[in-house]
Amino acid sequence: MTLEIKDLVVEHRSPGRPVVRAVAGASLTVRPGEVVGLVGESGCGKSTLARAVCGLNPVTEGSITFEGVPVTPLGLRRRTLTGVQMVFQDPYASLNPRRRVGDQIADGLRTARDGETDPADLLERVGLPREFAGRHPHEFSGGQRQRIAIARALAARPRMLIGDEPISALDASAQAQVATLMRDLAVDSGAGLLFISHDLSVVRLIADRIAVMYLGRIVEIGDTAEVWDDPRHPYTQALLRAIPKPDGMGVLPEELTGDVPDPAAPPEGCRFHPRCPFAMDVCRVKEPEPGPVACWLHEPA
Amino acid sequence: MSTGKTTLDITGLKVTIGGREILRGVDLSLQEGRVHGLAGESGSGKTMTGLAVLGLLPHGARATGRIALGGRDLLTLPPRELNKVRGGEVAMVFQDPATSLHPMLSVGRQLTEHMRHHLKLDKREARARAVELLGKVRIPGAEEAYGRFPHQFSGGMRQRIAIAIALACSPRVLIADEPTTALDVTVQAGVLRLLRGLCDELGLAVLLVTHDLGVMSAIADEVSVMKDGLVVETGPRGKVLREPSHAYTRSLLDSLPGETA
Repeated sequence: MTLEIKDLVVEHRSPGRPVVRAVAGASLTVRPGEVVGLVGESGCGKSTLARAVCGLNPVTEGSITFEGVPVTPLGLRRRTLTGVQMVFQDPYASLNPRRRVGDQIADGLRTARDGETDPADLLERVGLPREFAGRHPHEFSGGQRQRIAIARALAARPRMLIGDEPISALDASAQAQVATLMRDLAVDSGAGLLFISHDLSVVRLIADRIAVMYLGRIVEIGDTAEVWDDPRHPYTQALLRAIPKPDGMGVLPEELTGDVPDPAAPPEGCRFHPRCPFAMDVCRVKEPEPGPVACWLHEPA
Repeated sequence: MSTGKTTLDITGLKVTIGGREILRGVDLSLQEGRVHGLAGESGSGKTMTGLAVLGLLPHGARATGRIALGGRDLLTLPPRELNKVRGGEVAMVFQDPATSLHPMLSVGRQLTEHMRHHLKLDKREARARAVELLGKVRIPGAEEAYGRFPHQFSGGMRQRIAIAIALACSPRVLIADEPTTALDVTVQAGVLRLLRGLCDELGLAVLLVTHDLGVMSAIADEVSVMKDGLVVETGPRGKVLREPSHAYTRSLLDSLPGETA
């Protein structure tokens, strides 16, 4: 029941442009009942990784296996990989506006060959009234729509749930609620959850482990409390320092200088060295080995 | 309280849309060189307050009350007069720079258009000022950036450009509606620093609409909390965020993820 990503490379090719390595050798394991939060700045490849896990993006190198079976690209015909379900970023785009939400949830039930469950039961599980099944998506707010999208994903009885920035299109007041709901539902049904977000405070709230991604690579991975209290990679440290604290002290958060480099032409050596305050000579020439912390400062002896 | 001069004074602002009262008597005052934060959950009327100042309320909205800017009431101003205020004395920065900038006009064109209209500058003067502004918001290579298009910039850079556009006509009031919500935390830090710096340097009165109490705590001097179209609490940042007197403010602070309850 484990999702295993090994040295995954995903490339985007478009005519007339250099090949972009969106994911450049990332390894990650998500066990059943475990919530892994994947964080990073926009453009670091976290969404590409999620899409590859669902078979929406072809794998260039490396492997993704789910329960020992390799994940194959999604074709036009019936898909076999129904154990992995995804909740997308924008619930305004991921639900069909012309169909009743109950029918859309029923699609998921049909995938799981479940003839007994009523779509309304699933609405109830995500905290919505049963009679909403007969309504159309436009009658709901963003937070309610995302709940419906979650209900639809759960209807297929996934053993692995992927959330690709599922809360970033929602209002602040709904974000924490929806995130906790996803966690509870996934853990209760014994499924793993790979939760992708750029909002560290929400990830901290729900994840068992945090993986930090930078420019296609996972630079640090560890238990949530550990990473949060004692970040070891300079990039993680910079990310955490940039979060303004609501303590009323008027402290401006620290800025991480520079922009994310172009993934089509990543810098030599460690990918973070042009922005790293601790960059050493070795960082400019040699890329650190992937490990719990991919940094020359924390190289195992 | 504050020592600065009051630039914009909102008293008893009420807005009704289709018979529903959206704002039910909002009082706010913005001081020169100070950032006034406006917090509250979605639907509490934060954005509507900002839009009312600029006369950008949706169709069918009726506003009553008073929005005083330099002795004039913006609510009763005829449209021609209001057009002089908008983009001139009062400017706005929106949430998403990807949609607030015109994708097919160069950055320079968008920066100089209203300058030439409001300040009656000629082409060369406008260009020189635009390049200076781009430098001020710390866009690298301001000269080259002038001729480029929004899609050639990252999100953080785009928001900087949107701020430069807002500042072009030396406004006295800047309304920033969730200016950093669409940005990454690392980029957000830079934009917040920029806003704070500009406010101190130019003596701007900033109305910062945000739901993020962390952002609020970082740059706001005064904080107002809104609920159901009413301001329930106003005060200096330290007081509102550390010793909130209203139960709603306390519940907002308690609901923050990951903070010690």
